[in-house]
Amino acid sequence: MATLTIPDNLVYERPQSFTDSPTHYCPGCTHGVAHRLVAEVLDEMGLANRTVGVAPVGCSVFAYNYFNTDFVEAAHGRAPAMATGIKRVLPDHIVFTYQGDGDLASIGMGEIVHAAARGENITVIFINNANYGMTGGQMAPTTLPGMKTSSSPSGRDVETQGYPIRVAELLATLEGAGFIVRRSLHDPANIRKAKKAIRTAFEVQTHGLGFSLVELLSTCPTNWGMTPVDALKWVESHMLPFYPLGDYKIAPAITAAKI
Amino acid sequence: MARELWKGNEAIAEAAVRAGLEAYFGYPITPQNEILEWLSHRMPELGRAFVQAEAELGAINMVYGAACTGARVMTSSSSPGISLMMEGISYIAGTEIPVVLVNVMRGGPGLGNIAPSQGDYNQICKGGGHGDYHVIVLAPASIQEAVDMMPLAFDLAEKYLTICCVLIDGSIGQMMEPIELPEMRPAQRKDFPWATNGAKNRPRRILTSIYLDPPEEEKTNLRLLKRWEAIQANEIRSKEYFLDDAEIVVIGFGTAGRVALSAVRAARAKGLKVGLFRPVSLSPYPYARVAELAGKAKAFLVVEMNAGQMLDDVRLAVNGRIPIEFYGRLGGVVPFPDEILDEIQRISTADLQLDGNPVADWMKRMEAMVR
Ligand SMILES: Cc1ncc(C[n+]2csc(CCOP(=O)(O)OP(=O)(O)O)c2C)c(N)n1
Ligand code: SF4
Repeated sequence: MATLTIPDNLVYERPQSFTDSPTHYCPGCTHGVAHRLVAEVLDEMGLANRTVGVAPVGCSVFAYNYFNTDFVEAAHGRAPAMATGIKRVLPDHIVFTYQGDGDLASIGMGEIVHAAARGENITVIFINNANYGMTGGQMAPTTLPGMKTSSSPSGRDVETQGYPIRVAELLATLEGAGFIVRRSLHDPANIRKAKKAIRTAFEVQTHGLGFSLVELLSTCPTNWGMTPVDALKWVESHMLPFYPLGDYKIAPAITAAKI
Repeated sequence: MARELWKGNEAIAEAAVRAGLEAYFGYPITPQNEILEWLSHRMPELGRAFVQAEAELGAINMVYGAACTGARVMTSSSSPGISLMMEGISYIAGTEIPVVLVNVMRGGPGLGNIAPSQGDYNQICKGGGHGDYHVIVLAPASIQEAVDMMPLAFDLAEKYLTICCVLIDGSIGQMMEPIELPEMRPAQRKDFPWATNGAKNRPRRILTSIYLDPPEEEKTNLRLLKRWEAIQANEIRSKEYFLDDAEIVVIGFGTAGRVALSAVRAARAKGLKVGLFRPVSLSPYPYARVAELAGKAKAFLVVEMNAGQMLDDVRLAVNGRIPIEFYGRLGGVVPFPDEILDEIQRISTADLQLDGNPVADWMKRMEAMVR
């Protein structure tokens, strides 16, 4: 009897840049997706053994448990400053921060703006989930007008609580910023585009072309009080109109380098 | 090397460079600006890192990041800026990595003024940031002493994986003195077994100050404490002047100690048996030596440019055995030697009580003086 050998056709595996540790994220949370995209890019570019990651304070505080690279854990909002310190003494290494919207756009607004203005050659993965996930879903600087959170129980009232901050647009006004884009993680097509942007952001860094940031529209099903699927739909129906996807800043040198 | 005239802040900055400083991050604040300014040209000239940060908050966290790689790093500031750094200082302490900090103290609280003060003794010696941790604090009284202390500060920070603070005041930062600078040491990054500098041919490393599991955090606290015990055993430093037969011992650190030395010399010229004890390591504090001196002297006079912050440590060491008097100037006022001499003379004839309250008594005398 003839034996039939079916050749292995491996289509999916755990990135080498991940540790074996399972993540602690809630079911359906897109933090896990964003992590995976970063790990895949680190794999593809072979960067893991010369990368130092900087974890934020927020739900991704334990990011360092999941990435198989050197990692440090910053104080709330200070990741870009810490990354600056690392990059300045290890200019040939890859330094990235991974930050939530409370971390980056509220308590850490000063640090991120100045890191971008200085053109620090670091990469920032910015998770915009329109609330403070870790502390129980309070209002974030990115919370949409009228959006209910645990600290804006009747919906964000812009009269008293101000307007949301569009981080990509804001940072794109800075001369020092090299690559600033917004993508979304709400469906596979957008996830693929997000990965491409993350790859470009790291390429910008390896080419020494300055500050790169990828804003990722993300979900927080737990604090939004939605199923994971509804949360993804909500990103599309509510966040996309307020936070348009796009390339907000691509410095001429980056275009010229054809990354 | 020949002696040259140097301004305190610049000399300290240059001494740090010569001690192998690889990266400096800071923010302008008087009276420490010359440290930042000196390094703004010196560091790039040597191909080393210099960043003027957006604030002290940024500066201390840049220092935190750079220190994680094992590089020799420092920042400097003055009182309000150090307050802003306290979050980062606590994180650095909790991460157990070496950092050197220079605080050129000025008058406070609040915005205060830019005059020399010692008002931040408690802040840096007793905590400041949250959590259980200790900082090594060294207080020089001259530019030469400060310069000689810079390599030591880095060595201690690296040896004990801790923050080492060189605590001076605006007068040491601003004045000029003839000094001899140390030889240039090469900036050679050590390959520390904890440094997060890229996981090349080794397992990856994590540096963090988070221990969610309380028993793990407790272990970390105990580890810090153990290291602190070793520091207390090995790193006490102080200077003594005319103590052999001293009946009155003046105790003061930094500039207050230096001014007090002039007063002690003048008192000796008048035949008074007075000496000076000048703690150099403020943290760890030389409790044992102070206690020993209390066994020999008739009275202590503590002199500070604050409201009696180190006085508490002296009282702890003395434990009520001899009378302690206090003389302080506050808010950026530097005492003259004559003021301290007057105090020494007053004490030499006074009928001192063991149960006196040195701060309250001093305040009564101050009120008469500062009307
Ligand atoms: C100085 C300081 N203030 C407040 C906190 C409490 N805190 C922890 S996480 C967090 C919000 C994080 O939200 P975000 O950055 O949006 O990340 P997410 O959890 O949504 O991923 C806050 C306020 C803290 N750890 N430190
Ligand atoms: S709280 Fe929200 S952001 Fe945090 S892990 Fe859960 S779903 Fe994700």
